[in-house]
Amino acid sequence: MIANHGSNGYRESLTTPGRVGLWLFLAVATMLFAAFISAYIVRMGSSDWHSLPKPGLLWVNTAILLLSSAALQWARLNERQGNSQSARLGVIAAAVLSALFLLGQIWAWLVLHRLGYFLNTNPSSSFFYLLTAVHGLHLAGGLIVAAWTVRTRERLQLFVTYWHFLTIVWVVLFALIVLT
Amino acid sequence: MHDHHESFWTKYIFSQDHKVIAIQYTITALLVGLFGLVLSWLLRVQLGFPGKFSFLNPGSYYQMLTQHGMIMIVYLLTAILLGGFGNYLIPLMIGARDMAFPFLNMLSYWVYLLSVLVLMAAFLVPGGPTGAGWTLYPPLSALPNAAPGSGWGIKLMLISLVIFIAAATMGGLNYVTTVLQCRTKGMTLMRMPLSVWGIFIASVMALFAFPALFVGGVMLLFDNLLGTSFFIPAVTLFGQQLPREGGNPLLFQHLFWYFGHPEVYIVILPAMGIASELIATHSRKPIFGYKAMVVALAAIAIIGFLVWAHHMFVSGMNPYFGFFFAVSTLIIAIPSAVKVYNWLLTLWRGNIRFNTPMLFGIGWISTFIIGGLTGLPLGNVIADVPLHDTYFVVGHFHLVMGVAALMAIFGGIYHWFPKITGRMFNERLGKLHFLVTFVGAYMIFFPMFLLGILGVPRRYFDFEALQYLPPQTHGLNIVITVAALIVGAAQLLFLGNLIWSAVRGPRAAANPWHATTLEWQTPTTPPPHGNWGAETPTVYRWAYDYSVPGAERDFIPQNVPLTPTVPMGVSAR
Amino acid sequence: MGEESIGMSMVTFGVLVAIVVGALALIASGIWWFTPLASNWSEIDGALLITLAVIGIAFVTLNLALAYLVLRYRHSEGTRAQFIPDNPKIEKILIGVTALGIIILLAPGLFAYSRFISPPRDAMVVEVLGEQWRWSYRYPGPDGKLGRATPKLISSKNHFGIDLTDPAAHDDILSYTELHLPVNRPVVLHIRSKDVIHSFFIPSFRAKMDAVPGMVTHYWFIPTREGRFQAVCAELCGIGHHKMQSPVIVESLEKFQEWLAKQPTVAATVKP
Repeated sequence: MIANHGSNGYRESLTTPGRVGLWLFLAVATMLFAAFISAYIVRMGSSDWHSLPKPGLLWVNTAILLLSSAALQWARLNERQGNSQSARLGVIAAAVLSALFLLGQIWAWLVLHRLGYFLNTNPSSSFFYLLTAVHGLHLAGGLIVAAWTVRTRERLQLFVTYWHFLTIVWVVLFALIVLT
Repeated sequence: MHDHHESFWTKYIFSQDHKVIAIQYTITALLVGLFGLVLSWLLRVQLGFPGKFSFLNPGSYYQMLTQHGMIMIVYLLTAILLGGFGNYLIPLMIGARDMAFPFLNMLSYWVYLLSVLVLMAAFLVPGGPTGAGWTLYPPLSALPNAAPGSGWGIKLMLISLVIFIAAATMGGLNYVTTVLQCRTKGMTLMRMPLSVWGIFIASVMALFAFPALFVGGVMLLFDNLLGTSFFIPAVTLFGQQLPREGGNPLLFQHLFWYFGHPEVYIVILPAMGIASELIATHSRKPIFGYKAMVVALAAIAIIGFLVWAHHMFVSGMNPYFGFFFAVSTLIIAIPSAVKVYNWLLTLWRGNIRFNTPMLFGIGWISTFIIGGLTGLPLGNVIADVPLHDTYFVVGHFHLVMGVAALMAIFGGIYHWFPKITGRMFNERLGKLHFLVTFVGAYMIFFPMFLLGILGVPRRYFDFEALQYLPPQTHGLNIVITVAALIVGAAQLLFLGNLIWSAVRGPRAAANPWHATTLEWQTPTTPPPHGNWGAETPTVYRWAYDYSVPGAERDFIPQNVPLTPTVPMGVSAR
Repeated sequence: MGEESIGMSMVTFGVLVAIVVGALALIASGIWWFTPLASNWSEIDGALLITLAVIGIAFVTLNLALAYLVLRYRHSEGTRAQFIPDNPKIEKILIGVTALGIIILLAPGLFAYSRFISPPRDAMVVEVLGEQWRWSYRYPGPDGKLGRATPKLISSKNHFGIDLTDPAAHDDILSYTELHLPVNRPVVLHIRSKDVIHSFFIPSFRAKMDAVPGMVTHYWFIPTREGRFQAVCAELCGIGHHKMQSPVIVESLEKFQEWLAKQPTVAATVKP
């Protein structure tokens, strides 16, 4: 492994490659969801669009995801103050809550499925399955990568930033789904 | 630094060394490109000698046409310029030991290779690869049996694209972060060589453009595979009403071109940077108007995101959009023209060496001029109405993003070959390769402008049905086909030269071109993993101190400190 | 090196000059040029010709400049390049000239375009329907109005998907093979597609527009010459794309009406 840092003459920098890389990735993911959302809004303009029933479960899922973000924020604060025990607790709580959120989303799919809203029933249901799947994959992917790599304080901080991003994305998607 | 033992596998196969990854990307892309070239031969044989070859039928023709386009644009040009040149040049030119994320870099190559394998697999599945055109417009691409390869072919195409986007994103994150974070001491942004600028800006564009293709591709895959109606309205195919309604085919076109037009610049900007290096180095002069060159790259990138619908002037979108997109498109001509002027002004009062890399640099200027200029009638909305989807378009984009980009790629490969392999290539073969390719490219693509003005539509298996063409039209098609066969065969000179020279070529000096940029100042050639011995270099000057008055030699490397006997050519940088 | 520089410099010069001369000769031969215009869109030709002239001048000038530079400034022993990092004055002049060239070609283009997208009110309406791989046409009949049509009603007995509950539809006239048009009368085409995207292109009229399923697209023109022309498809639409064409016959108003009277009406042929 070749180190790009340390005493070999690099410019002093206020930030780290990891942080720059993460923020770039968040910009890419923002583009991705922005493209999905604009496609959603354009497609909504067609006369065949029917509003989708919104399972109440989605509100619960949203609350769970917000809680997981809060738990991670708590972990980040504790890590900064050196309470690694509490930080660990926060991360575990967030992992459990995230798994619950994913299960909840799958449950929401089953509810819609039972109501007769399949993937190809209407563009509104197509988009619902597609957007929740894409968001869920970002979440699950984040969990898997984190389980492998979050070993240092910097990486924990990056992970928390990523999680907050996904929570915000979900709130935006949820608002879009509820309002249309 | 890294005294642990490297096995064959970690050194050449699963290497995290940016230079090895660059070579892997380049070889893979060249092989895929060779395949794309053979496809274009078959297309040209059909058009030059219709009916002579029974294995060519409309179905296979449209499949080869589609695969040729997609392979050349995405899997050859994008991959070789970002994955190949980007990987090799960025760390060396900015004085870094490697990319910011070497593991991700390695992963990027292997994911790219996977996308290539999925792409190729489409040739083996029942029904073959998709023949819906590289633009993949639905409903043609989404409906069963509407186009050849509408079964497995189109699905593999979309899956391969999604995988490629993952690879390109991993690479792009790396290139951008490395430029921002890993520059050596003294290497300010405005001291970077234009190659790095071109690749850097193109990588930023790739990061922001590819998500749109990803979204369009995934939704198209859903329409194709799972029966959704994102892009498909109520249609009747072969007398059958299909159970779809309400979808919007133009939505896909917007997503596709929101990616597709920036994609042109993702290819062209690195090529512009590489060409600038060739032209400055071998005319022994600083690149003319460095700052203007950087600003022009950035301007092209920013405006490049505001012009996509000029591909859709006759698509049925709101016709008033035409005014905006015509104006924004033609505004891009200004920074592009600035670049051409500055290359010419770099030659002015220079001391031009006519070696192979420089010849390709000159070829780049000429083909970029004709390719770029012929974009103006297509951007000038009303002039696009008769020319749209004719051979005029084919001639235009082949010259500007095919031939011109390849001129920069060939020139770049010859230019950096001595550093990459430590050996010199054969100059005579290189010059022959240039002359045949350059003259041949004009013979292939210039007549296409005339075909386009005649109104010959593109993507035609033959032109027998067209009654308005003068009888001499077919003559042009024969000339084009013969030239294409010769130019294609001439590429063997290139490959043969590279392979032979890499093994048997004479040893190269560390800095055979007397160039100023950092990659030529490495302590060993080829540079080892880690690039720079114990210390990374320190940069004291800009990248183009060629023929500085008062200096002893006609070049001063970037890592030479300022002293009274080695003055700085340009202050304030 | 020095001698080789002289040789390759001359060769490159020769090749660049030969390319410019060859390109101009190919154009000057006049063999491969516009199909004679048969519509009112001389403005399109005009805008296109101005654009081609501007880029032609730029092409010749820049390539000859390149040829001169490679000949004049080739490497020779004992000389050195001049150190000229930039020259803001030259750059500004060149940017000004370029901007002027662009305005010269864009301004007439935008004027012509604004006319192209504004059909006259009295234009005769004709519907064009594309499908794999043929074109068919519908004329409004005596009432001058096309009846409603919707893709969901398309069947083997109702090729256009005509809504028979719309009284305006009954007198519509159908042509499954040819497009006939009266000379010197403005026509606006309403273009639809049944299946995939096609593009209705009549090279002699210069106009073109995609036929998109789920939409109606438009363009207009005035045929100015009697004769037989051709409409072709200009958007890849499957394996029959290159054969998708149709005769376009421009004739006197009398002959046109005579022809129209012989074509089937909706009332007589379309069943729900």
